[in-house]
Amino acid sequence: MEDELTFSDIYGGRLALLRRYYSPSCREFCLSCPRLSLRSLTAVTCSVWLAAYGLFTLFEQNKAFPAWPRVDSLNSGICRRPSGNLTAGVWLSLQNSMILSAAIFITLIGLLGYLHFVKIDQETLLIIDSLGIQMTSSYASGKESTTFIEMGKVKDVIINEAIYMQKVIYYLCILLNDPMEPNGISQVVPVFQSAKPRLDCLIEVYRSCQEILAHGKATPTSP
Amino acid sequence: MVLKAFFPTCCTSADSGLLVGRWVPEQNSAVVLAVVHFPFIPIQVKELLAQVQQASRVGVAVLGTWCHRRQEPEESLGHFLEGLGAIFSHEPWLQLCRERGSKLWSCKVTHRQVPTSPDAPGEDQVMLIFYDQRKVLLSQLHPPTALPDHQAGDATASTRGLAAVFDTVARSEALFRSDRFDEGLVRLSHWQSEGVEASIIVELAKQASGPVCLLFAYLLSLISAASACRVFKLWPLSFICSKLSTCEQLRHRLEQLTFIFSTQKAENASQLMRKANMLVSVLLDVALGLTLLSWLHGKDRIGQLADALVPVADWVAEELQHLLQWLMGAPAGLKMNRALDQVLGRFFLYHIHLWISYIHLMSPFIERILWHMGLSACLGLTVSLSILSDIIALLTFHIYCFYVYGARLYCLKICGLSSLWRLFRGKKWNVLRQRVDSCSYDLDQLFIGTLLFTILVFLLPTTALYYLVFTLLRLLVVTVQGLIHLLVDLTNSLPLYALGLRLCRPYRLSAGVKFQVLEHEAGRPLRLLMQINPLPYNRVVHTYRLPSCGCHPKHSWGSLCRKLFFGELIYPWRQRGEKQD
Repeated sequence: MEDELTFSDIYGGRLALLRRYYSPSCREFCLSCPRLSLRSLTAVTCSVWLAAYGLFTLFEQNKAFPAWPRVDSLNSGICRRPSGNLTAGVWLSLQNSMILSAAIFITLIGLLGYLHFVKIDQETLLIIDSLGIQMTSSYASGKESTTFIEMGKVKDVIINEAIYMQKVIYYLCILLNDPMEPNGISQVVPVFQSAKPRLDCLIEVYRSCQEILAHGKATPTSP
Repeated sequence: MVLKAFFPTCCTSADSGLLVGRWVPEQNSAVVLAVVHFPFIPIQVKELLAQVQQASRVGVAVLGTWCHRRQEPEESLGHFLEGLGAIFSHEPWLQLCRERGSKLWSCKVTHRQVPTSPDAPGEDQVMLIFYDQRKVLLSQLHPPTALPDHQAGDATASTRGLAAVFDTVARSEALFRSDRFDEGLVRLSHWQSEGVEASIIVELAKQASGPVCLLFAYLLSLISAASACRVFKLWPLSFICSKLSTCEQLRHRLEQLTFIFSTQKAENASQLMRKANMLVSVLLDVALGLTLLSWLHGKDRIGQLADALVPVADWVAEELQHLLQWLMGAPAGLKMNRALDQVLGRFFLYHIHLWISYIHLMSPFIERILWHMGLSACLGLTVSLSILSDIIALLTFHIYCFYVYGARLYCLKICGLSSLWRLFRGKKWNVLRQRVDSCSYDLDQLFIGTLLFTILVFLLPTTALYYLVFTLLRLLVVTVQGLIHLLVDLTNSLPLYALGLRLCRPYRLSAGVKFQVLEHEAGRPLRLLMQINPLPYNRVVHTYRLPSCGCHPKHSWGSLCRKLFFGELIYPWRQRGEKQD
């Protein structure tokens, strides 16, 4: 059984929550974050290129005046200032093309790194009664990173508040057992960290998780 | 609680038979290890299971029946399978069934001893979890945090959760030894039933490793005995050996090689990984060293290097002389005390003159020395880098001497100033109480004290400037040496075998598992696929890092600044077992 709902995150972006009920003891929640917008991509590329062109014009202005002694040593001493204008010009264009190619390179590498390491497209929470809870983040480049927490370690799933910059936000988190202390908590694992949905979405997920956890605790373990 | 049945993916297409595996009551899960096919004699099956149980200390038993049938259900087979439950009694009895060619599975669990209460459901819910037997067998779980009171060695009881599944499969190797080509009494289906996996190279290496290890261990023991002889314990040699980083690196390598070629077998997986990491790192080191050797000894590069070395040393000495002339004048517009300036400047200039003559004396032998040192690259790249660092230290010995002179002078001055400052204010340092106490001085004590204080204060800028300049030079040399040491450390401690394993066989090093829900139909049991979640690279490096030489700077930035301010000498590398000055 599958259904899709639309919610919004703390910044107002649109989130899609896809719920799959596989069985009474297994449910999956898939939260899709807003995609990389063309506007921000264009803005970043334009700013990097403007910076590169700015540097280029700066260098050009500096080299318009013949006070560039280093060109001599780099051209293995052939160049003298008045007669070396041709080689100086070649070196100038090489340096400028280096700036522009460096700008292209930086933009590409930066974009690839952003897509592979930073931009999370989808976050999934799979809760299986008596096995555990699995959280998967899939990045825009297709990479997936998964964490699985066994049910024996899970104490509870709660909604907690936090102060985030100037706001107070709600987030869903999993409390882990402390093996030393029976009533203590060893770790708090937040869920949906990059999607950051608002309270209405969290309540939906929370209710389903609590149903499954209660179901797990109600049926007694067989001898 | 839902009953979890861990089923190997290799048995999903096997013929009907009995399910053999281990039942874990704490998690209500059944780990199926193999399927025993018809025809079989129950006594022989029980004997085989008893043998496996004895060999592997895993409680292997018959868990239930497996039925892989065609479209029309065969009633006789169904009754036969139920009758088997009476022969091999196991609690609970699992009955898995799959229609041939489809993805529809059905499971039934019957509890015989526990009477079904009226409000409990008639059938227990069963969850099928498929796992790749080969990958689970070969992988090693790395739990996220090691519990402080976790005792190593309690094999059966304390493995919790999914670690129990991994543990069961890993220890049941005795069950997987026979394949379908063996003329055994009982026909089994498991991951190796299509043919036992083996590699000729691995087998040959295993056979050859015994004598090779013996030979190398003997040679290494000879070398260690030679290096531990009395000659090296005498004062000049032991002092020099403790200062040179080459000796430290050679000692480290000798230790590593002794560990690799020791005749004892590795006790557990982590020791095996350590040996493998050390071996790969030594081999890579030697390979890089031989490359360097071939590059150095070709095209008369050693000659070029030797020809360039003396002019470079001359150039360094000349630059130092220019620097001292600058200090003796009015450096940066500051006005120095002329007399002290001249004394210090001439003192240091004479030193440089001595140093230059020494270098010129050595210059005919430099090429020969370099050639022999270049040969040491066959011992490894790290050894050559350590030699390079030592050569830098030797060539800049005069900078080190200047730094020591400047620092000692400055330190004396600061000590004198602080003590006379206390006298100026009428206080005294109480050595017994380790604190500053007030004290009444006589007039003549106060007079001489104040006079000396003013003299020291006015001579402070000159000394401080010399100290500053030489400290900066020394720090520059220390930085260069530090970078080389960092590189050597990195080569020594990087676990290359573990990284290669993570790259090529990611299932071998696992941080956990991940589940994927397979096609599900209402009324059928839930099917999940369990896959191995590989360990991230930073955790691989952190877990399998080899111990390095251990010569890291021991003080923090704060204490370093404090030492610099008070003129205390800085020793950036403290070798192991050396006393602090």
